Amino acid sequence: MVNVSLPLVLAATDGAELSSGGFFAATAWIMLLLPFVAFLAIILVGKRLKGLGAELAIGAMGINLVWASVLLVQNMLEGIYREVGLTIAEIGTLGITDQNLSFELGFVVDGLSIMMYWVVAFVGFLVFLYAHGYMKGDVRVPWFFASLSLFAGSMLVLVGAPNLIQLIIGWEGVGLASYLLIGHYWEHKPNSDAAVKAFMTNKVADVGLILGTILIGPSLGSFRFSALNQAAANHSESLEGVAVVGGLLLFFGAMGKSAQFPLHVWLPDAMAGPTPVSALMHAATMVTAGIYLMARTFPLYQEMATDARAIMLPIAVITLFVLGFLALVADDLKRVLAFSTVSQLGYMMAAVAAGGYTAGLFHLFTHAFFKALLFLGAGSVIHAVHSNNMSDMGGLRKSMPVTFWTFVVGAVSLAGVIPLAGFWSKDEILATLGHEGYTLFMWVAILGAFVTAFYMTRAVSLTFLGTYKGTGHPHESPPVMTGPLVALAIPSVVAGLFNIPGVTWGPIGNFTEWVGHRVVPMGDYHPKSIEWDLAAYGLIAAGAGILLGWRLFAPDAATQTARDRLRIPVLYPLLHKGYYIDDLYMKGVVNPIKGPVARAVDWVNAYVIDTVINGVGALTARIGELVYGRFDQQGIDLVLNATAGGTGWAGGRLRLLQSGKVRQYAAGFVVGALLLVIALVIVI
Amino acid sequence: MVLTQFLVLGALMFSIGVFGLLSRRNAVTILLSVELMLAAVNINLVAFEAFWNTAAAHGQIFAIFVITIAAAEVGIGLAIILLVFRNRASGNIDELDLMRW
Repeated sequence: MVNVSLPLVLAATDGAELSSGGFFAATAWIMLLLPFVAFLAIILVGKRLKGLGAELAIGAMGINLVWASVLLVQNMLEGIYREVGLTIAEIGTLGITDQNLSFELGFVVDGLSIMMYWVVAFVGFLVFLYAHGYMKGDVRVPWFFASLSLFAGSMLVLVGAPNLIQLIIGWEGVGLASYLLIGHYWEHKPNSDAAVKAFMTNKVADVGLILGTILIGPSLGSFRFSALNQAAANHSESLEGVAVVGGLLLFFGAMGKSAQFPLHVWLPDAMAGPTPVSALMHAATMVTAGIYLMARTFPLYQEMATDARAIMLPIAVITLFVLGFLALVADDLKRVLAFSTVSQLGYMMAAVAAGGYTAGLFHLFTHAFFKALLFLGAGSVIHAVHSNNMSDMGGLRKSMPVTFWTFVVGAVSLAGVIPLAGFWSKDEILATLGHEGYTLFMWVAILGAFVTAFYMTRAVSLTFLGTYKGTGHPHESPPVMTGPLVALAIPSVVAGLFNIPGVTWGPIGNFTEWVGHRVVPMGDYHPKSIEWDLAAYGLIAAGAGILLGWRLFAPDAATQTARDRLRIPVLYPLLHKGYYIDDLYMKGVVNPIKGPVARAVDWVNAYVIDTVINGVGALTARIGELVYGRFDQQGIDLVLNATAGGTGWAGGRLRLLQSGKVRQYAAGFVVGALLLVIALVIVI
Repeated sequence: MVLTQFLVLGALMFSIGVFGLLSRRNAVTILLSVELMLAAVNINLVAFEAFWNTAAAHGQIFAIFVITIAAAEVGIGLAIILLVFRNRASGNIDELDLMRW
């Protein structure tokens, strides 16, 4: 049964009529399936193809990009809403509501999902293209591209999900694909450890997502987001008791995927995967999932689970500020970017948690471009230098001009310098925090902008300026790799212009309208005009960060002594160890479980459970012996043997009758006949 | 009583046949005795038929069946005796005790 629900009368925030989107919206499911088709095709025939399956992955993503782009433009011109669900199975009523829960698969085409479709397809397409050059001659290339397709496909299933169940399917698919990709070079133990760590950390968080789903779905009588948002907007009684707990459980799930403190530990380690994977994971397909979930269920937090903000917001702010510092001490270029991602995810989460739906999504949108750009730039450098460490780099400005300039664009955008994309999105988050009354958090976020600018200056300086400290002669990457860099640099610069407060671009509107086309109205805050004082604070913070970074890590061509020697006594070891959170998990959770708990369980197993089982076993054996000896051997066998013996004895006697003498038989026959006749006579 | 005479003749012939069956060792003689018994039965059948004088002539038809079967029996019996004689050069049935215990 297919349920096609067309736009509800409730309409969008701005009161505009929503369209059903026509052909491309109706066939949006193709986007969800294509990467899986590519995945299977690459597994089956990838090895035999000239590009080792890369062409299939890129082709699928290219078609998706066309689809998503058409939808994006359509959605700019007129709001689209279409929800299609295919009922796979009826679950029943579960005794809580009288409504039938059902398991549905389908897809949603609305402003939010279209934006995500496009980001995934755009970044995915460029990353796949880049990976085609990056992975040349590497191990297991077909499998790599198959996993990449699976990764992107799972993310599309996730963002296209009209209900929580399908979201979980995509969610777990993303987790699985990330595990496969992080552990791509599994021959090296730390890499497979990193994959396991990412998977396990996400699994811990997934429990929250699944519990939240179990709590909310049956209470509401539906797993659909549209029903959830509708109920939240109406302050439905069915959600009364579960909104805060359910909302927090969903948030806990989002904390894992979106690497919020203290579940961020997997993300820096996830750098073990090939760089295109990091780019995809950090920009489009994995860490955005948590933010997406928060945005998808936004009315729940906005209208009913407002108490949950007291937990969500501090976590997000800790993530954006405290974890941002970690990027200052990392020597691995990719780890710097990873911590930067964690920090930026904190910004997004803080915005969404504070009520800034658009602000959070807009930062997700712009961040996708410049973070993908930075990672691909880092990959280009790593490809040339054959090392991840910035201590092996330096002075690459001359030999890798395209990479350098695009990297600088990404870094400046991330640092939040006007008028690049990062400035606008970050400014909107600051404005939202300020407007919602979280002044303290706003100032922390401004300080976070300072830290961001600081570590990005350090990264650029240590990587590209000064003199080269590595071995060999690094050279610029091939066009298949620099092409995506340039393609990503453009939106990194201009994407911010689409959501300047108070600016609308004629018929295409602005970003707020694009993602604001929703069925359920919500109290999303969006600044109507630029708050210049706030923008100034942000810019001052960014400028101070850049200046300080320049001051500390600036090129010192003559000696190279002054570079990367910042060692603040207490802070440095603290940061270097990542606030000892990893150690806490290892020594506080993993090792106790591996050590005492495992030994205790082993002891219980060996001495308690085994005793019981052995006792039962011995008892059973004894009973078996008794049954065998007394009952079987002496009871049943006696009867059988007696029967057999009796039969044998009787046979021995009776066979004497068979004398073989024909005349004897004949005599017997005659006598018998006579006897019969006599009997007959007597009877008659 | 005409019927009694036939029945006495049949009984005598049957008794002679039984005696021959039990007392002789020669297989051919035994076969002859069996034929004698069958003939005695036939006499009885025909006698009863004639006595009750039924239109259906069941007794006579039955006698013809018996004669037919007797002929077939003699055919098979003689064939067996012939083969046994060929193998053992003897028609003595007391020597034919292969099937005993």
